[in-house]
Amino acid sequence: MPSEYKLRTRWRAVTDRAVTGLAILATLLVVAPLVAIFAYLIYKGARSVNLAFFTQVPAPVGEPGGGMANAIVGSGVLLAVASAIGVPIGIGGGIYLAEFGRGTKLANAVRFTADVLNGVPSIVMGLAMYSLIVLPQRHFSALSGGVALGIMMIPTVCRTSEEMLLMVPLAVREAALGLGVANWRSVLSITVKTASPGIITGCMLAFARVAGETAPLIFTAFGNPYTSTKLSQPIEALPLQIYVYALSPYDDWHRLAWAGSLVLIVLIVLAVSLVRYVTSRGVLKGAS
Amino acid sequence: MGVGIEVRNLNAWYGSNHTLQDINLKIPANHATALIGPSGCGKSTFVRCLNRMHETNPIGRVTGTVLMGDLDIYKDANPVQIRRRVGMVFQRPNPFPTMSIYDNVAAGLKLNGYTNRRALDEIVERSLKNSALWDEVKDDLKKKSGASLSGGQQQRLCIARALAVDPEVLLMDEPASALDPVSTAKIEDLIFQLKSQYTIVIVTHNMQQAARVAEMTGFFLNGRMVEFDSTHKIFTNPSDKRTEDYITGRFG
Repeated sequence: MPSEYKLRTRWRAVTDRAVTGLAILATLLVVAPLVAIFAYLIYKGARSVNLAFFTQVPAPVGEPGGGMANAIVGSGVLLAVASAIGVPIGIGGGIYLAEFGRGTKLANAVRFTADVLNGVPSIVMGLAMYSLIVLPQRHFSALSGGVALGIMMIPTVCRTSEEMLLMVPLAVREAALGLGVANWRSVLSITVKTASPGIITGCMLAFARVAGETAPLIFTAFGNPYTSTKLSQPIEALPLQIYVYALSPYDDWHRLAWAGSLVLIVLIVLAVSLVRYVTSRGVLKGAS
Repeated sequence: MGVGIEVRNLNAWYGSNHTLQDINLKIPANHATALIGPSGCGKSTFVRCLNRMHETNPIGRVTGTVLMGDLDIYKDANPVQIRRRVGMVFQRPNPFPTMSIYDNVAAGLKLNGYTNRRALDEIVERSLKNSALWDEVKDDLKKKSGASLSGGQQQRLCIARALAVDPEVLLMDEPASALDPVSTAKIEDLIFQLKSQYTIVIVTHNMQQAARVAEMTGFFLNGRMVEFDSTHKIFTNPSDKRTEDYITGRFG
């Protein structure tokens, strides 16, 4: 082998290792904050997570014990309302943008609006729902909080659904049309189904994002020291209660706030994993 | 049973690009007709006009008359009805990736609201037998995805899928160009068997393939049909100089 060749081969091996090393380093830097936050939450909050935390409502100031059952139930109700609004409207909008409205002025306007909506600060969303729902009804309610979160989900769900649908190859669409399947049917049964793993990921992203929102709930769901599932009543939410407890002057409440943060993150991870597990069952061997 | 197709003054455009110019021909029922010609000559556009797929492209436009039997497909019917009677097999195998082998074959019927289970089972089995795939997949019908098969098997799956809706015409746009020689031979055998029941139009780059499977052959060049005659005549004694130049490999 000529010496110049040897030198180049060696140089390639060196750059190969250097680049691999940098990629590994970058990966570690990405994962590090998440691991650090999670470890710190466990360190600070794990001791206060016990059965009472899940079954009892907050104890009055000065009394020991108490839990966040009201907030856990409340977050569940709020997120159910939010998903019931955000997921269907978002996916429907995404289908329109990708399949039926391609290139039309309306589609461009919708896409622009969704992007702007995505940039609206969450506190503004809370204020908007305060004046649109809370003021006319003259009371805070779970409904207004759920609607605020639901509207915040729409742009993420809509735009990821659009992108995922556009990734379905033309060949698959043509296969359906070539069989004499009507266009709307082909879109719903073939294109959406093929893109569904990506669409579900988009919904989960939006869900996880609003699950931790505090600001839109301050003027809408308001908070409630008792467990409630009524949409017309004020309702507690985990992020809201963490916010209040963390700002309080009491050590007890600080500990509960840490525990609440830990539980919130674990519940989000569980919800996302559950959806992934359920939707990945029944996937066929070799399906891509 | 297959049905003959008569094409009169067919013109097609992609935007301002006049891809097909004044095509006239009669495709006989229950025979295989091959369309040959260099890349970009309009063969694929032509077959896509026969099942009204050309117009699914936002910039595609068609004028002229296509008669399937007595039916004027651009006047008397909507595209969805036409595509149920004219099956299509594409250049690259395109099974539905999220569906099982069974569901791929049953897709055309199921998506049109056909639900009789026992009849579906029979149709799926018959279609897979007709496309010579049954023996290879009968044990994994509902377990494996259509996308898990090899390329040649996928293409036969796509043929089964097209046959399951019981079309009268089968359009094949270079069905073997992405396949190895063994799979190609299987597809050609298949065309041989299928043409007794269906009218087959096959686009191919491979002239030996045209000579092997088709009774009639059309030669396309630059958006026009130069010559349409029996395959034997086209390959032994073409009447147009350009056809002769093409099949003897002087261009294209």
